[in-house]
Amino acid sequence: MSHLAETIQAPIQTTPAHDSSVKTSTDLHGKVGKTIGTPFVDDPRMTCRDVDVFYGEAQAINKVGIDVGCNEVLAMIGPSGCGKSTFLRCLNRMNDTVASCRVEGEITLDGVDIYHPDIDVVPLRARVGMVFQKPNPFPKSIYDNIAYGPRIHGLTGTKGELDEIVEISLKKAGLWEEVKDRLAEPGTGLSGGQQQRLCIARAIAVGPEVILMDEPCSALDPIATAKVEELIAELRTQYSIVIVTHAMQQAARVSQRTAYFHLGSLVEVGSTKQIFTNPRHHLTEDYITGRFG
Amino acid sequence: MLYDYLLPLLLVLTAAAFMVGRKRALRMAADYGGIRQLHSLPNHYGSMMALACLLPALLLYGIWLSVETSVLDSRIIHELPPTLLSQDAGAQALIINDIKNTVSGNVTVNQDASIEAAAARYQAIQQKSRSAMCIGLLLLAPLSSFIAFRAIKPAFRARNVVEGIIRAALLLCSAVAILTTVGILLSVIFESIRFFKMIPLQDFLFGLSWSPQMAIRADQAGSSGAFGAVPIFAGTFLIAAIAMLVAIPIGLLSAIYLSEFASRGFRTVVKPLLEILAGIPTVVYGFFAALTVAPLIRESGGFFGLSVASESALAAGLVMGIMIIPFVSSLSDDVIHAVPQALRDGSYGLGATKFETVRLVIFPAALPGIVGGVLLAVSRAIGETMIVVMAAGLAANLTANPLKAVTTVTVQIVTLLVGDQEFDSPKTLAAFALGLILFIFTLILNVIALRVVRKYREQYE
Repeated sequence: MSHLAETIQAPIQTTPAHDSSVKTSTDLHGKVGKTIGTPFVDDPRMTCRDVDVFYGEAQAINKVGIDVGCNEVLAMIGPSGCGKSTFLRCLNRMNDTVASCRVEGEITLDGVDIYHPDIDVVPLRARVGMVFQKPNPFPKSIYDNIAYGPRIHGLTGTKGELDEIVEISLKKAGLWEEVKDRLAEPGTGLSGGQQQRLCIARAIAVGPEVILMDEPCSALDPIATAKVEELIAELRTQYSIVIVTHAMQQAARVSQRTAYFHLGSLVEVGSTKQIFTNPRHHLTEDYITGRFG
Repeated sequence: MLYDYLLPLLLVLTAAAFMVGRKRALRMAADYGGIRQLHSLPNHYGSMMALACLLPALLLYGIWLSVETSVLDSRIIHELPPTLLSQDAGAQALIINDIKNTVSGNVTVNQDASIEAAAARYQAIQQKSRSAMCIGLLLLAPLSSFIAFRAIKPAFRARNVVEGIIRAALLLCSAVAILTTVGILLSVIFESIRFFKMIPLQDFLFGLSWSPQMAIRADQAGSSGAFGAVPIFAGTFLIAAIAMLVAIPIGLLSAIYLSEFASRGFRTVVKPLLEILAGIPTVVYGFFAALTVAPLIRESGGFFGLSVASESALAAGLVMGIMIIPFVSSLSDDVIHAVPQALRDGSYGLGATKFETVRLVIFPAALPGIVGGVLLAVSRAIGETMIVVMAAGLAANLTANPLKAVTTVTVQIVTLLVGDQEFDSPKTLAAFALGLILFIFTLILNVIALRVVRKYREQYE
């Protein structure tokens, strides 16, 4: 593959913007060579090694290796269709619900392989929660939305304990003051931003270790977005957060580390500051400077 | 004869008019500097001319035919020999009928010579009239086409004219459906009013005994006629309830299985199979109920020491339930499918299992729509006729025992109206009253069901 990469290096490097001594390039199919930067951390919460994802015959993710640290926000950016959402959904095995999807490689949570046949997805998803692109509260009351997870996992014995979990979760999500007087009203009646924070509270209620967020603010207005971003910053103290986003400013604001995906490959990982000020890969630089994507 | 080829000829003229109109529009476009100078497309001008050719001719045709009969009748009566003239309107109509039958050639008995003569005269006048109409039509069509032809100018808004006519035609079609419904409803209401003049409304609605045989002559004994509809409605609801007890669980659970658990391949095979059930004619279900299920139930009832009527509510209800299964499952399946994938993802993302997701998220979310579907199915069950005619029996028993024979509204309507009946006795008019109540009931059910379904649809948008 390396000689293949060299053969087409020339035309790309004719672009004067790139310094060929530092920046690697892509092969004929746009596949990217080795990830550059620092994908692995000490004391990781989750580790991913050589992860391949296929939808039927088509390969969506190609040999991705990355760690998720404790108490950090890891942002995943990249152009549409680069596989960042697919990869995110591998982390709590949401891709299991897609029949044609096949995941290879190793993903661990606290050192345990989550794709091991002995692992049941139900407790896994309680430990790795997920917040989706569009707010998707259940058509139930606000209270029942939060109580859903604790109920199905049998986390509480009494009504009092459940009330407490609901209150704590809503407080952590910064929604308590806004909804405490109308817990019995339907969750679908809240505004978009409130609904998204409700979904975050719902994920928190089952006590996860990692929260996956798939473009959580793309359906929200700027004020609601600011509130969710504030919330993410607070949640970092207790959870590991992996966020997929299209808004680069958002990645810059909320995350400590940033990973840049391109056509199913992980191109570059580094501290958010380094990625946005001094990208080492020309694809990363092109993307964050708005040259494509 | 020209008359036989009139309509094909008219169509040929219409096609020609289309060509001519289109040609003229194209030529005008060329004269005025390009197709963009025309207000409408050449086809619109052609269509306009075709319609101008066809519509007035059809209108004339329709009017002529509707007026022709009465004009002919009155002329024939005028010319009848005095021996055939009668003061009685009924006898007069009979004579006209005889003449017309002779004209169309379906007479079996030997006719009076004067009637034969009148028939020949009738035929002659009719032929003359038809020829006149043909000539009129064949003059009118080119004339109206010519007027349209003259109207074709680049600024003429042919598209608006054509589309206006098409819209009117669409309106006419939907009006046919609506007016028919209104007509049926009105006829049922008027007949019912006649019935309620003879039998008081409260006797009908709250009477506990149904025995519609009336004495035709004053000296006839026995049949007094009792028109208490309660046993019939009780029987209807009993059978519908049994049907729903079968159809709701089976239909709903199969819908849940098909939409949430079944593999794609299984679903593509089984769903059409289930819908074939809906395609079986109800009369086939009827003899299945009467000849297979009813004896089976009677015999197995006998095995347990129960006395089961050979025409039991249970047999009819069970088979009707089977018939309604695809109705419930198909509607429920649609509703369950309409639950957004995002809700399933949200539930799975919290670590819920498939069963928990179905039970706690999908089913509650789909419930209003399912209720709407079930209500539609109920109104279907109440209105169903063939199965109950064949399997439920005629005895108007007021009972809640599904092993006994009961009767339903639809069965009674059938028995009241089948055979030679006089249409002014309470017995036959009772059918209209029953029909009216049935109509009102299913209408209310349908309105509620549609409102529930619509409200549910808006929930995710």
